[in-house]
Amino acid sequence: MTFNVTYKPFGERAILIEWPPKIDEMILKDIIRFKTAIIKNNIESIVELKSAYNSLLIVYDTICRNFENEVNLLKNIYKSPNLKHVILSKLWKIPVCYDADFGIDLDTISAENKLSKTEIIQRHSQAVYTVYFIGFLPGFLYLGGLDDSLHVPRKSTPRLKIEKGAVAIGGHQTGVYPIESPGGWNIIGNSPIMFFNPKSNPPCFAKAGDKISFYPISINEYNDIKMLSTAEVYQLESEVIDD
Amino acid sequence: MIKVLKPGFYSTIQDAGRFEFQEYGVPYSGAMDTYAASMANMVLGNSENAAVLEMTMTGPTLQFDCETIICLSGADMSPVLNDVPLVNNKAIHVPKNAVLSFGKLNDGFRGYLSVSGGFKTDKVMGSRSMFKGVTEHCVIAKGDELSIKEHIEVMLKKNASIKKNDKYLHSNSVEVFKGPEFDKLSKNQQQILLTQEFSISKDNNRMAYQLEQPLENNLDAIITSLVLPGTVQLTPSGKLIVLMRDCQTTGGYPRVLQLKESTMNIMAQKFMGNKVCFKLLDTY
Repeated sequence: MTFNVTYKPFGERAILIEWPPKIDEMILKDIIRFKTAIIKNNIESIVELKSAYNSLLIVYDTICRNFENEVNLLKNIYKSPNLKHVILSKLWKIPVCYDADFGIDLDTISAENKLSKTEIIQRHSQAVYTVYFIGFLPGFLYLGGLDDSLHVPRKSTPRLKIEKGAVAIGGHQTGVYPIESPGGWNIIGNSPIMFFNPKSNPPCFAKAGDKISFYPISINEYNDIKMLSTAEVYQLESEVIDD
Repeated sequence: MIKVLKPGFYSTIQDAGRFEFQEYGVPYSGAMDTYAASMANMVLGNSENAAVLEMTMTGPTLQFDCETIICLSGADMSPVLNDVPLVNNKAIHVPKNAVLSFGKLNDGFRGYLSVSGGFKTDKVMGSRSMFKGVTEHCVIAKGDELSIKEHIEVMLKKNASIKKNDKYLHSNSVEVFKGPEFDKLSKNQQQILLTQEFSISKDNNRMAYQLEQPLENNLDAIITSLVLPGTVQLTPSGKLIVLMRDCQTTGGYPRVLQLKESTMNIMAQKFMGNKVCFKLLDTY
């Protein structure tokens, strides 16, 4: 499937490619296919490619003197049959401790959304989430697929400090804070694993197009995994998906 | 090695930046004023990407435990070496145990210190630029020891001269291109944006500069999309935010302008109360 994509210059040496403005897995797949095809074309002048929900940004090493030429080259790649590469992605199983010590906003969500804490944890850990892209903080995954009944508005006053590993809900999104940060999302638990490790390459285990699911663990399991993860010997469970 | 006796207001090690990790949400970082940073390196014959110390508003006090050659560039912070005043953009011989300190800020906002061979602090993901969550330290602190190589050279090349251009330190004209959402503004809003003077607010740092004067608008937020250093975002409340080197990789506010890369250096030397005007360029 191809979409009506538009090409715009973005500053002196970047081109922004945009898909229809919606959050949609078909668009995500199309972006990843296009991105993969551009990389396979080995265009030397391209130094960086990054994507979000409905856009792909291509950064060149020098000023684009001829925007039209670059765009035509990209349009040809988009139309080429090579675009149908098989893209393998992974499903990552993420342990989360939803105990009250970590899930400091579970009571608030329970009252506002008229769900028991057990129901919140069940619905949060039963879903399979899609990684759309990484942004906001190093290693922060933008995930799609949160159950409608778990949507909660962001806090009107953000907290100055949210712990590393905090699992949270903001509006219709859920995510994990990879490092300590200020933030306005509602915190429901904490994951002991590392979402961002500057010492490994790549620094994140997940990438755009992968899937994530969460599973509840006890505080004892949390402490065990945290220890292994800090020592960088914890093996995250994953399976390859081919779609 | 250089010992930090006092860190100054906000001093960080910076090189050209951290590339190819944007898709993992890692900012570029790098010197805010790349012109001054590369000038400081070039005077010493360093590679222009060698790591330098970026000093903001108030300089640090540093003690050198080995002999070396240094150069200062960018903001004029009244530098003094063992009680002898120094000038910017000149190679300066530093004897062992000398103390470098700074005084009043005379000009600009960010100063740069290069050392012969560059700072040799930890390299993480291809760069020495400090950033929270990536490097172990995100700013230098009292007692830190910054690694450098000793450089013994009695004779300095006295004839070498550098053609420097300090005019940008005082320029308030910031050249821009249209951002992806520029055309969503009304003609009137576009005109205000490109003719009015904007002042830098107290919220200004390596991530972003907020501007004081609001631009009334009714633009909706966009689905989280991609931004770059130099992107000017417009919030629903009318705040204009100029993204700088440590900015996030993505953003959800309309992107109304994009700074020409060289004008980032002008912005980098601005601080609270300074004024800027956006000047639209139509060709790339």
